[in-house]
Amino acid sequence: MTHLLVLIPIALGLGVLGLIAFFWSVRSGQYEDLEGSSVRILDADEDDRPL
Amino acid sequence: MNQCCAIDPKKSSPGDAAEIFARLEEERVIAASERLDDQRFQTSFLVPDMHCAGCIGTIERGLLSMPQVESVRANLTTRRVAVCWTKGSKHGTEILNFLNRLGFDASLDDLKQTLVDQDAAKGRRLLSSMAVSGFAAANIMLLSISVWSGAEPQTAQLFHLISGIIAVPAVAYAGRPFFQSAFSALSARRLNMDVPISLAVVLALLMSLFESLSGGAEAYFDAAVTLLFFLLIGRYLDHLMRHKARGAADRLARMSSKGAVLIEQGCPPRFIELAEIKPGMCLRVNAGERLPVNGEVLSGESDIDRALVTGESQSQSCRAGDRLEAGVLVLTGSIDIRSTSDAKTSFLAEITQMIQAAERGRSFYVSIADRMARIYAPVVHILALLTFIGWTLATSGDWHLAIYVAIAVLIVTCPCALGLAVPVVHVIAAQRMMDHGLLMRDGQTLERLNEIDHVIFDKTGTLTMAEPTVSASSQLSDQPLAVINALAEKTSHPAAKAVSRHIQSLAEGPSVDRQADLTSLSERAGYGVEAIWQNQRVRLGRPTWVAEIAAGNNLEIKHHGVMFAVENREIIGFTLEDDLRPGAEATILELRRMGFAVSILSGDQPEAVRRVAERLGIEEYLSSLTPQEKIQHVQQRQAQGEKILMVGDGLNDAPALAAGHASMAPASASDVGRLASDVIFTRSDLSAVATACQIARRAQVLVRQNFALALLYNSVAVPLAVLGFVTPLIAAIAMSSSSLIVIANSLRLTRFSNLGKSTQDRPRLVRSNGGSGRSGISQPRELAA
Repeated sequence: MTHLLVLIPIALGLGVLGLIAFFWSVRSGQYEDLEGSSVRILDADEDDRPL
Repeated sequence: MNQCCAIDPKKSSPGDAAEIFARLEEERVIAASERLDDQRFQTSFLVPDMHCAGCIGTIERGLLSMPQVESVRANLTTRRVAVCWTKGSKHGTEILNFLNRLGFDASLDDLKQTLVDQDAAKGRRLLSSMAVSGFAAANIMLLSISVWSGAEPQTAQLFHLISGIIAVPAVAYAGRPFFQSAFSALSARRLNMDVPISLAVVLALLMSLFESLSGGAEAYFDAAVTLLFFLLIGRYLDHLMRHKARGAADRLARMSSKGAVLIEQGCPPRFIELAEIKPGMCLRVNAGERLPVNGEVLSGESDIDRALVTGESQSQSCRAGDRLEAGVLVLTGSIDIRSTSDAKTSFLAEITQMIQAAERGRSFYVSIADRMARIYAPVVHILALLTFIGWTLATSGDWHLAIYVAIAVLIVTCPCALGLAVPVVHVIAAQRMMDHGLLMRDGQTLERLNEIDHVIFDKTGTLTMAEPTVSASSQLSDQPLAVINALAEKTSHPAAKAVSRHIQSLAEGPSVDRQADLTSLSERAGYGVEAIWQNQRVRLGRPTWVAEIAAGNNLEIKHHGVMFAVENREIIGFTLEDDLRPGAEATILELRRMGFAVSILSGDQPEAVRRVAERLGIEEYLSSLTPQEKIQHVQQRQAQGEKILMVGDGLNDAPALAAGHASMAPASASDVGRLASDVIFTRSDLSAVATACQIARRAQVLVRQNFALALLYNSVAVPLAVLGFVTPLIAAIAMSSSSLIVIANSLRLTRFSNLGKSTQDRPRLVRSNGGSGRSGISQPRELAA
């Protein structure tokens, strides 16, 4: 039982981190051009910073 | 933009026409841009031809190498390039010209930026909601599984509490799209699918909170958030499809004329926007532009193309005193007009009003999902209520248990699979349509396309290509060939272009290379071109005008044709004919095979319509129709119970397009025509019409199957729920499995290849000619220098 008190917050915390990362990716416009992203990776000279 | 008179008086010296022109162009670019600060602008360019990584790289690197460009971002989904640049003389036009020099047919994006932003914001909201509900669903499911697999009561209660702590904010955040929609439906005294969804989610949440706080054994937190997660997937897919289709339709929907060049006494010509035009202004319309408003010609002569306005396929000439409608294309020379209307009262505006009236009729159409919701929502509510009453009576007043069972009924019946049944199919169908060069406005189009039984075509620009071809000519010898070609190349008149193409296709031998020495070349609007060749006059143009200089032999003068003559020598005649759109015959046959009636409604002359109808074997055709007559005809037929698919391209078709049960337009159509239609086909092949109908049929079959599957699931799950056998575990399994089955069934559309042979092979050939979008656009480039 005591393990759970430690492990569950850790698990949820990691999940929340993932969620925050996803929010950031949405905010920074990475879902605005899904088609473009799929082909940009093929361009060798392309710098791959988002926006 | 008023500063242009004051800015630089020395530039306005008459005769410095090129300078004025360049300044007007720059003003247009700035008018379409967003001003970031004093020095910087952001401009969005439409680049329909961009389609791969190479294009993106070329554009972005190319533009960044320009000194005035600060940043560039190409968006392949919407085919737009956003450029941030600093102010300077001709800086904006340079960017546009640069894009055109790279080989992309770029133009200014005139879509309202706020609309784009709103759309993007909505997408971001849905995506975030989906992520939150997905996060909550995964974590709560994990906790629930431990409870279901036999956790000790204390552990179970702790897990329920944690689930509750996750679920409440998650539902509050992710449920907003449904709560808002349900609220607005209820305030309009309607029921939609979102009402039972919201009710189920909120009740399940409240009951589960109550249960877990009071130490109860079971909670529905997982069901509530999983339900939201699945439904949000459906919503997001739906949004993606609309967004994509709209981006595509918008990039084709360029306004025919965004403004005009105003000529004022004592002031240099300046560009004014459409909204600023008032009756009585003097406006200059250059060759290749469309009239922005109705007007009377003041000076200048030109050939004009009324095809998009009236459907007449042959160009006419105009001179001072003639009255022209908005949307008429000026072909050969620039003319000055006095506007007789403003943008709100022009011919274009009248047509737009007719379209709006017709579209109101269409908005009464209820999509299949809404029809389901109208039956489904009340049934679910009544069922849950009856369950509650039944259990209260049966257990003699145990309302706690009764509520519990009633909520289980609500959750189990919740249209999880129903919510996915339609959008998944529509998204896949839209993708199939795109693969065939078809851009669809929304999912409802598929449903309406599936119901039609009669296909009505417009002639000019729809069944036939917008440009004529030479179908026959007199005997040609080598020498005049080069002369005719040289003359024909001097004008942009469609008939001359047809002749030039014809000669080039004829003379593949050495004779093409021969250059004809022409001097004192001149073009006479409405007649043709004239020049001196080897000290003799030569003319190419209208038969009567050419015959004036020819030798006296009375060659019969054809109605539909172009002639050529060298002074005092024999006349050479070319017969012009409207070229059928590729795949026209096969498409008509295919549509008949599918059981549709086919007819033609045209604004063109009876003779021209009859010829096309006979070639295609269409018995039913009407000609010389005004836009009003077209729309009346369509409405009458629909009043008799027919469901009409209208296929047309012109302004004159636009009201009929809006009135039809469904409508299609080629990409070459007028803007108003494109805006009024449900589906736009970007390839020149007419087989797109049959393909669209086939995909729509197939999609509707799948939608019905999905509904059947969802109902089948309900018919099993509901009795169990009413009898009180459904535990949270069973609800979770049933809900997920029914959703998965529906998605799997929808995916069968991707493998659907049963499209007629004629429709399968041709589009591929067209595609190799340079991608979709480019093929049909015959509009003048507004800004190409």
